[in-house]
Amino acid sequence: MSDPDQFRRETRAWLEANCPPEMRKPMTSEGDTYWGGRNAKFSSEPQRVWFERMRDKGWTVPDWPKEYGGGGLDRAEHKVLREEMAAMGARSPLSSFGIWMLGPALLKYGNEAQKKEHLPDIAAGLIRWCQGYSEPNAGSDLASLQTRAESDGDDFVITGQKIWTSYANYADWIFCLVRTDGAAKKHDGISFILFDMTSKGVTTKPILLISGASPFCETFFDGVRVPKSHVVGTVNRGWDVAKYLLQHERAMISGMGERGVGRPLGQVAADSVGSDEQGRLDDAMLRGQISSFEIDEAALSAAAERAVDLAKAGQSHPAFSSAMKYYGTELNKRRYEILMSAGGVDALEWESERSKGGARPRAWLRTKANSIEGGTSEVMLGIVAKRILDLPGA
Amino acid sequence: MALVLTEEQSMLRDSARGLISDKAPVSHLRALRDAKDATGFSRELWKAFAEMGFSGLLVPENFGGSGLGAVEAGVVMEEIGRTLMPSPFLSTAVLAASALTRGGSDAQKAAHLPKISDGSLLAALAVDEGAKHRPLQTKLQASRSGNGFKLNGAKAFVVDGHTVDLLIVAARTAGSAGERNGLTLFLVDPKSKGLAVERTAMVDSHNAARIEFDNVEVNADSVLGEVDQGGALLEGVLNIGRGAVASEMVGLSEEVFGRTVTYLKERKQFGKLIGEFQALQHRAAELYIDIEITRAAVLKALQTLDGDFANASAAVAVAKARAGTTATRAVQEGVQMHGGMGMTDQFDIGFFMKRARVCQELFGDSNYHADQLARMKSY
Repeated sequence: MSDPDQFRRETRAWLEANCPPEMRKPMTSEGDTYWGGRNAKFSSEPQRVWFERMRDKGWTVPDWPKEYGGGGLDRAEHKVLREEMAAMGARSPLSSFGIWMLGPALLKYGNEAQKKEHLPDIAAGLIRWCQGYSEPNAGSDLASLQTRAESDGDDFVITGQKIWTSYANYADWIFCLVRTDGAAKKHDGISFILFDMTSKGVTTKPILLISGASPFCETFFDGVRVPKSHVVGTVNRGWDVAKYLLQHERAMISGMGERGVGRPLGQVAADSVGSDEQGRLDDAMLRGQISSFEIDEAALSAAAERAVDLAKAGQSHPAFSSAMKYYGTELNKRRYEILMSAGGVDALEWESERSKGGARPRAWLRTKANSIEGGTSEVMLGIVAKRILDLPGA
Repeated sequence: MALVLTEEQSMLRDSARGLISDKAPVSHLRALRDAKDATGFSRELWKAFAEMGFSGLLVPENFGGSGLGAVEAGVVMEEIGRTLMPSPFLSTAVLAASALTRGGSDAQKAAHLPKISDGSLLAALAVDEGAKHRPLQTKLQASRSGNGFKLNGAKAFVVDGHTVDLLIVAARTAGSAGERNGLTLFLVDPKSKGLAVERTAMVDSHNAARIEFDNVEVNADSVLGEVDQGGALLEGVLNIGRGAVASEMVGLSEEVFGRTVTYLKERKQFGKLIGEFQALQHRAAELYIDIEITRAAVLKALQTLDGDFANASAAVAVAKARAGTTATRAVQEGVQMHGGMGMTDQFDIGFFMKRARVCQELFGDSNYHADQLARMKSY
């Protein structure tokens, strides 16, 4: 990057000129997120304008190469863009498992034809992806997955079941782990394969969760025919791709908490709990919990910033995303326990207009999945123990 | 600014680590304790510190120092934390140097800073009066008397207070306990008439003193900064001290953790290395994560002190609070995972536990800073 200050000035000016005011407000509902895909609809005109302007600049994926629809920014420039967007509260123009998970894996392991076929469509929000990893009997022990892919000429024929497939019912394509060698050791017979969800033999069934929402599906494959050219990386070496992608997934989940945005939690709590004559929250224990939480939240923000800078300096440990995933998700659960306690009885309403359809308790229940999805907290601690601390037999 | 050390800061860390690990491993503190050494640190080692430029790290270059900042002070403190080396670095090179640099007149700077830099002058900050750190509760009275002031009251937990050549004393010249206005800092000669110093042996075998002031007379030139307006200066100096102590706790935590992980890989029970047990693996992993996150928070605070001093209080409160809880967890897990060995005096782990307790109390514990943060955010 030639001149960081100049890049910052130009970026700020462009964002100021192009980000509609409506897109600078915190997101309040699921409809505020634009996921793209064949059947996507914009929930508002500003959402469409903002998405299209960012897409045309390559800034739906600022750090991807320009030839694949990205913005071609280096790490330092990307950091500046993120900081400037955060400073004005600009929303992300496009949310996508293609961007967060598949894209980085394709950039590392995909062949040129695969990159050309899929990356530009992800960047432009044309294809929405889902992730076929977990199975009913392969959760934390993901590598024991049993969905079979049998060789038949130039194709694989895929049969089996996935579960917790996020938004499978809305997805156009799936990146999927399948067993291509049933005789090999469990990590050695897995392949990473891509296919269209409209293929014959694919069905999805949403799962109703405790939050009342159905973001996850059961996904069934009954003799789905997929060309062998759709395997990413080497056949039977899909676990390498899977693990690499998981690092990105964990980084994504650890960043899910809305850190440091909006009003301080203590002031939100004061709305419902009240304050004493000195302006202190009228619940000493809750006040202490909140400030302890905010200390840990600020520390985690610093750690996230440092993780990026360490990566830039080539000093980061590849398993550190597991550490961040563990801490970030546990912290987000704490945030919502505090919000529920602060809201008291008001936070228990499930349907009323007043409660925006029970937004808070539903969000609270949603956070309980944070420390399960993408690898449980216990699996994360195991990875840290084994790969970073090098503890025996872990 | 990137949240990692620069090349120059890494070099400083390496040279500090070289000197400290070579000349002052934990056995150095143990020997001073066992000998009931009257000074409580090695003057010879302090001379070596001065020769390396560490005593003048925060002293401006025109007064013979290096003119460096809080990050560099933290780098040295972290290395001190690894071996628990007792030295006047915190009292003299961090606190007194900062107070004089930020609040001193040209004459005061010229009189003291070059001597701090060359290692010939030791100085201490006297703030606390009660069992807990409450700087605004300062009661020690400074009443006008002739051309100067008379000091009456008492200070406790004055780090290195029994060995120093100069005291920087927080006193009340107006207002009442709890108020920020009316605080004044004074430079006081410890040999002044009416001043009594009692060395207090502490749990961590580091140095502290109680000091009583009975009509101690000081002249008007001994005021550091403005009369009645010392609160902001004091808070700024304390913030640098808090960042420094937080750094010491990061070094201490990491050292204890390293020793503990090593032990998990050596000690066998039930026919297995105890590090194979998942109950211990997960606790070790959590502690590792805690330390890494605290390290980032502390570096953030130090960088904020250097880059935006007036607005560093929140970042400093976060760092000191986090470092306190992390160090407490690290030493408790350290002793527990070492089992009975961790309880023996022969083993070093206990020294770390004792020092962590003192660092937690120094300049406000985790609860104090959590409360401060809540006040800053108006809840």
